[in-house]
Amino acid sequence: MQPLRTHQGIVVPIDRANVDTDMLLPKEYLKSLEAEGFGEFLFDDERYLDPGRIDLPAASRRRNAAFILNQPPYDRASVLLAQANFGCGSSREHAVWALRDFGIRVLLAPSYGDIFRNNCFNNGLLPVVLPQAEIDRLFATVQADAGIEARVDVEAGTLQIGGRALGFELDEGHRHDLLHGLDEIARTWTCRQAITDYEQHWRQQAPWLFDRRR
Amino acid sequence: MRPCTPFNVYNPRQDTVTARTLYDKLWDSHRVADLADGSSLLYIDLHLLHEVTSPQAFAHLRRAGRALWRSDATIATPDHNVPTLHRELGLDGFDDPLARLQVDTLERNCRAFDVPLFPLGDLRQGIVHVVGPEQGLTLPGMTVVCGDSHTATHGALAALAHGIGSSEVEHVLARQTLRSRKLRAMRIEIDGELPAGVSAKDLALHVIGRIGAAGGSGHAIEFCGRAVRGLSMEARMTLCNMSIEAGARVGLIAYDEVTENYVNGRTYAPSGSLWQAAIHQWRQLHSDEGAVFDRTVHLQAAEVAPGVTWGTSPDMTVAIDGRVPTLEEARTPLQRQDWQRALDYMGLQPGQAIAGTPVDKVFLGSCTNSRIEDLRAAAEILRGRRVHPRIRLAMAVPGSGLVALQAEREGLDQVFLEAGFEWRAPGCSMCLGMNADRLAPGERCASTSNRNFEGRQGRGGRTHLMSPAMAAAAAVAGALVDVRSL
Repeated sequence: MQPLRTHQGIVVPIDRANVDTDMLLPKEYLKSLEAEGFGEFLFDDERYLDPGRIDLPAASRRRNAAFILNQPPYDRASVLLAQANFGCGSSREHAVWALRDFGIRVLLAPSYGDIFRNNCFNNGLLPVVLPQAEIDRLFATVQADAGIEARVDVEAGTLQIGGRALGFELDEGHRHDLLHGLDEIARTWTCRQAITDYEQHWRQQAPWLFDRRR
Repeated sequence: MRPCTPFNVYNPRQDTVTARTLYDKLWDSHRVADLADGSSLLYIDLHLLHEVTSPQAFAHLRRAGRALWRSDATIATPDHNVPTLHRELGLDGFDDPLARLQVDTLERNCRAFDVPLFPLGDLRQGIVHVVGPEQGLTLPGMTVVCGDSHTATHGALAALAHGIGSSEVEHVLARQTLRSRKLRAMRIEIDGELPAGVSAKDLALHVIGRIGAAGGSGHAIEFCGRAVRGLSMEARMTLCNMSIEAGARVGLIAYDEVTENYVNGRTYAPSGSLWQAAIHQWRQLHSDEGAVFDRTVHLQAAEVAPGVTWGTSPDMTVAIDGRVPTLEEARTPLQRQDWQRALDYMGLQPGQAIAGTPVDKVFLGSCTNSRIEDLRAAAEILRGRRVHPRIRLAMAVPGSGLVALQAEREGLDQVFLEAGFEWRAPGCSMCLGMNADRLAPGERCASTSNRNFEGRQGRGGRTHLMSPAMAAAAAVAGALVDVRSL
């Protein structure tokens, strides 16, 4: 996982609530066995006029020129500004892989789908939560100044855009993982004794949950 | 940062005298360690796998040279991407080489990592969230995860269950734990009794309509009250299943005699003295008197009517005798804009009556509504009736091979076939339309599934969510209709 310390990039506004993970990456692309290569299918139903397939190069498809991600400079955006409950719905991590592969590193929204938010951290994406009023102001800023860039400092927990500086909350664990690009599984390995001890205790408490093969 | 502080599992404070919620009890009993960042390591008792969100996790395990922690707590079955026709041919019945490769990969991964599998052709194969409870794999008091957001279904058995992403699937495979943050607790109390002709699905849609698609975000919801106590186990699963559509990863219902009777005698459930020990423990699986919830919502069951969704978010619901909202009713400019977009997508007019809207396809199935009681409810409406000629396809997709077998024993398959439904093989099917079962652009579907998102059942397809009885009624009428009027 790529560490995320500071990031600066173009902000693309997606001004609607409840953007779901089906919208971020339609089910057609869940047929892949891979965990990468989804960037050209992000927002697929809106980005293309014709239906796609995982094994069909996107270059051969008709792009929807009206969709914001097809318009420069947003086709190079790496910060996504969104509305409430972004990433709701399915647990598919593919939606986050699509954002990441497109080049998005930072999200700004009032709230996120719970599972989606975890998936972001597990892939080195930063989902910043800001109050609705602040998000509304950011939409106004970005819509008035297409291609404006935002700068995020993970260590300091700050966001700079259009001459303004905002702070955001981030818990210590997520900050640490982002800064170091840490693999959670490797980190949990340091707890293996605790897991084994717990398991021994739990086997006594609830033996019916063990040796369950039939 | 310090790696982890083992939680003292023998600490008698676990049985503290302070009143705890059901969620507190499940959380406390599975807490392995407290991590320095404020999260906890939670032990996972049951991990369900399917072909779509597991291949990346297995591939990564392999590359990192990691072993499976515990294969007897893991079980797999293909469901998301299996065809519902020609299943007697096994993998040769697949038209889609990518789907075939996914199912084949699941089988190979299960062999390589020694994970028990209910493969294609096995009667026990089916939708993970139907199979877990049906087999007695899901038990009260346990933690259950799966790379699927509808894992909340299992909370109906007083189990702490939620969906996870593929990175977390890998974490559970390798460490049998999950790094978790405690959710806030929300209680949804539904007083009174559901009126005749109103089902758990109608109740779920009513709840989501009331609290909104993000109303439960960051919360574990416990459903309680007389109306919930009065639901069968399968109806409770329908209710908990849709928690995620209200934004909550976790939906819970306290253990009671309905739970006990449901679990007793199932294949993987304990028996004999173990059963006695288990039920002794399980009977504590309820929120204590005086337990504190972060939020409580009271609803009256008498106010629930057969419901349908009109838009592209599951909180865009309306009673079948109601009207689609007008844009003037929107509370914010953003909501107005979202409603306009939903109306355009759905091909509906603001303020129009929802009943009478013509339907092209009918889908009876999904982890929400593919159990035997769902099939019985639909068959009861269809008996002696015919699918309206306007309907291009009406399909019934049982949730598992065993559900199908039971339905066939009861002659329900014949009821469906005689009415003009197709009787298909188990899988997720048109709920997410990964396989060939999907809507064409502009097609309108009466569906018992859980999501009405744009493109969910097929690019450009229009989904109206409803109960099995309502979907059957729509099939007969060729349009959205109040099942109570048939």
